[in-house]
Amino acid sequence: MTPLAVSIAGAIASFTLVLVVLELIRSHRLRERYALLWLATGITLTALSAWRNGLNTIARWVGVRSYPPAVLFAVGILFILAVLLHYSTVISRLSDQNIVLAQRLALLEEEVRVGASDAR
Amino acid sequence: MPDTVVAASSAAGLPGFAELRRVAIVPAYNEELAVPRVIDELRAFDPGLDIVVVDDGSVDGTAVAAAAKGARVLRLPFNLGIGAAVQTGFRFAFENDYDVAVRVDGDGQHDPSQLVRVLEPVLRGEADIAIGSRFASDEGGYRSSRARRVGIRLLAWVVSRIVGQRVTDTTSGFQAVNREGIALFARDYPHDYPEVEATVMVFRHRLRLCEVPVSMRERDSGRSSITALRSVYYMVKVLLAIFVGLFRRNVIPQEEAK
Repeated sequence: MTPLAVSIAGAIASFTLVLVVLELIRSHRLRERYALLWLATGITLTALSAWRNGLNTIARWVGVRSYPPAVLFAVGILFILAVLLHYSTVISRLSDQNIVLAQRLALLEEEVRVGASDAR
Repeated sequence: MPDTVVAASSAAGLPGFAELRRVAIVPAYNEELAVPRVIDELRAFDPGLDIVVVDDGSVDGTAVAAAAKGARVLRLPFNLGIGAAVQTGFRFAFENDYDVAVRVDGDGQHDPSQLVRVLEPVLRGEADIAIGSRFASDEGGYRSSRARRVGIRLLAWVVSRIVGQRVTDTTSGFQAVNREGIALFARDYPHDYPEVEATVMVFRHRLRLCEVPVSMRERDSGRSSITALRSVYYMVKVLLAIFVGLFRRNVIPQEEAK
């Protein structure tokens, strides 16, 4: 069985994550697009922490016999991997866009320079 | 398309409109076939209307087709999504001191001859932003997938409850906006699927919004940017944005408000 203290601590920590994410959205420091995965993480972990029978059942399903809260770690790690992978795709897109922006700027600067020397 | 257009279908029937600085914002993403027709129809509606096409990183000939028709073209270096594309148009309108802006989508689903209806409340000073709604009357004429209609209705219901005014079509991009609205949207405009959040935003900034019944056409060409799975994603995201937005204070930055 999951110790009660672990359930309480897990639920508080996970729910705090949800609140922090919501506050970051509210204060425009986090876009909804990038917040959804974090919210899913927080809500899932809160649910798993608070719903103790569920956690024990899932632990049995996946063959965790000695210490059901290990499932919390596993789920948490999976979500962190998902968030990291998501961010890798975001960074890749940003760096591609950054290259395009720099190229456009170089072309534009050249155009402006030629235009300025023509005017003289 | 049912013929629901009333007698006046050109800007000539709008008193005072010709004296205003007026611009049409046409966001377009891969719409090289539809955009030239939209521009022609806008010219037919009002030859004095400036037309600015915002090419949202199209990979086809949208920008060339629009420029060939004599429209101003703002070409985004890559696809930014409809919200950022539209905001680019509002920024242009704001910085070039336009008095009134209409937004007409580049895919041809909005019929420029119905702009008369959309513009009237704004020109009469009754609204800061007027939105052409497919559902404000029972005219019908708009067919869409069931899931999509349910989604649109659900969002309309949520938004109506929040703003305390009946709003029937929160996803319509067929709009007319006065100078106050242009200033607001130039400064702050939501991202993808922006119309829903924008509606709530307009009310929170104490601007007046009204809906007028219009009919919309089936898409001529191109594909809608919204597929079934993405609709669900957008729905969740938009609802999250709306609810979190309700807890924001200082929605009106006073020094910039006017």
